[in-house]
Amino acid sequence: MDYSKAKKILQVSHLKQYFNIGKANEVHAVDDISFDVYEGETFGLVGESGSGKTTTGRAIIGLYKPTAGKVVFKGQDVAKLKSKEDKQKFHRDMQMIFQDPYASLNPRMKVKDIVAEGIDINHLAKDDADRSKQVEDLLETVGLNKDHSSRYPHEFSGGQRQRIGIARALAVQPEFIICDEPISALDVSIQAQVVNLLKELQRDKHLTYLFIAHDLSMVKYISDRIGVMHYGRLLEIASSDDIYEHPLHDYTRSLLSAIPVPDPEYERSRVQLDYDSAPEFDGKERHIVEIVPHHYVYASEDEIPKYKKRAEEFANKASAK
Amino acid sequence: MENKDDVLEVRNLKINFKTYAGDVKAIRDVSFDLKKGETLAIVGESGSGKTVTTRSIMGLLANNAVVAGGKIEFHDQNLLKLGRKQMDGIRGRDIAEIFQDPMTSLDPTMKICRQIAEPLIIHKGMKREKAMAQALEMMKLVGIEDAEHRINNYPHQFSGGMRQRIVIAIALVNRPEILIADEPTTALDVTIQAQILRLMKELQEKINTSIIFITHDLGVVAGMADRVAVMYAGKIVEYGTVDEIFYNPKHPYTWGLLSSMPTLDTKSETLPSIPGTPPDLLDPPKGDAFAARNKYALKIDTEKQPPFFKVSPTHYAATWLLDPKAPKVTPPEQIIERQKHFAQLTKKTQKQNLNKHINEQEEQL
Repeated sequence: MDYSKAKKILQVSHLKQYFNIGKANEVHAVDDISFDVYEGETFGLVGESGSGKTTTGRAIIGLYKPTAGKVVFKGQDVAKLKSKEDKQKFHRDMQMIFQDPYASLNPRMKVKDIVAEGIDINHLAKDDADRSKQVEDLLETVGLNKDHSSRYPHEFSGGQRQRIGIARALAVQPEFIICDEPISALDVSIQAQVVNLLKELQRDKHLTYLFIAHDLSMVKYISDRIGVMHYGRLLEIASSDDIYEHPLHDYTRSLLSAIPVPDPEYERSRVQLDYDSAPEFDGKERHIVEIVPHHYVYASEDEIPKYKKRAEEFANKASAK
Repeated sequence: MENKDDVLEVRNLKINFKTYAGDVKAIRDVSFDLKKGETLAIVGESGSGKTVTTRSIMGLLANNAVVAGGKIEFHDQNLLKLGRKQMDGIRGRDIAEIFQDPMTSLDPTMKICRQIAEPLIIHKGMKREKAMAQALEMMKLVGIEDAEHRINNYPHQFSGGMRQRIVIAIALVNRPEILIADEPTTALDVTIQAQILRLMKELQEKINTSIIFITHDLGVVAGMADRVAVMYAGKIVEYGTVDEIFYNPKHPYTWGLLSSMPTLDTKSETLPSIPGTPPDLLDPPKGDAFAARNKYALKIDTEKQPPFFKVSPTHYAATWLLDPKAPKVTPPEQIIERQKHFAQLTKKTQKQNLNKHINEQEEQL
């Protein structure tokens, strides 16, 4: 992807999401993060549980009210959307697919009503026949049968339910979809099916994804660029190849070294790097800094040379090859 | 026991579950051995029968489960025939289990030292004080920092990774011969997972336990297992050493599993996926259960269940593709890559063996 020409569809700047503010158990779930997502790309957000990746997604789509910072979607500050029409338009353009396909579908609603909820709210169907037609088309798009539409969620397997969740998100013709661990709850053989479906839809409908996950090999596979989160902060942002081949931040390196790989020989020789998070809390002021073009690291002024040197070493190694 | 190296032998195990809809045939003729000190990984999708197999070894099957046949031999006794009291004597002493979810497998109202000491008090009749001292030892062994101070803590005061360490301490405190680990790291983050796996390996060496490791994560299997059994729809479809399964798989289901996981260098536009879903075990298919999802399926696959074909003395696969009469098929690209690697590996070991042989002969001369 050529990022010099690409258009930014989402700009997150200095987003903070705190909970229980002012109380003893105040939590800084997301602490001053900034990143951009370009139109048509997949931006992966990885991190351990509790790193704030899901909170980030939920704050962007407006399920939480951000404590501070700005979310700009298609050139408009989301917090400044006041009229009902503008808000509705925003929610039509931005949709979400949830992690647990067993919890995210209303068990008392038929599939067609689940999928058509967005169509109804936004008055996208002319009449009943058009509504049914749209639902059937959507089910077909996600690889389900049109006579599935009169069934209830419990009649489906996990993979099929996730397809229903995808159909529901697509119903309002969004441009941007937040995928919050959409495959974590699925079996390996089904994961590949859903990932392929998401990729295919992205190509056909020119969608942009924010893909949140902790399965690093799947994230690498689906994402164009990746942000690594830890303790509510974004520590590194780069293209997915750069993150995996030239990781600059110690945390990214440690995270990568912990991924189990389905290759016994590799596993026998694997060296795991431990990560000491103490420097993150030394009180120095840190910002996200562009170390080499399109490769950002959360660093303090005095750490920049260290990362620049690392990047140089990678570049030297690459040219030596 | 057929083999003196074996600590456990499962033969022709069949387990059904009675439900309103009929009998669910969850385990359909499963046989395997567990050797002293080895790690056997059982992999498969949810519903393939991994957990039911281990529950039957532990004597923890649900009330509606019926053992329809087979035996589980441990120290010359059939575990399936033992009464509840006898099984209580073995569970937690000779065979212990680490469960998947460390958040629910500990008693929230009991101090952890008592939970770790409990197996010692119950099985060994140990005095409370001595058991507590040993519990403290165990806590240090599994890497709980500041164990002296944390011994009186409750489970909620620990993180997920630390709780799983406590669960491991409880399971290993009696130095069991067999440890069953049912997805022990699935609920944990990768970095914590790596720590727990490392710990399990270290402890296995120290106390020489045999481990049955259940997981669906092939990456974890590659790092932990000596041997691997692949389960599908209540049957083992392929088993062999870890190298044989990862570098020379023969069953199309194993092919599908291995190629549908992206490695860090996967670049292709679409991931090879296994179409469809596993069969309904209320009414399992007559032939090969995988036939409906298998693009390499032969006509005979829908009619007759394939027997195990021998690939090597340690490697067997139940697929008609290995029948001498079967047509030659080309496996998926990723599998061919893996097989190339296998050829290199075997060459390397052959060379090593040859060199060893020559050296020995030279020494004799």
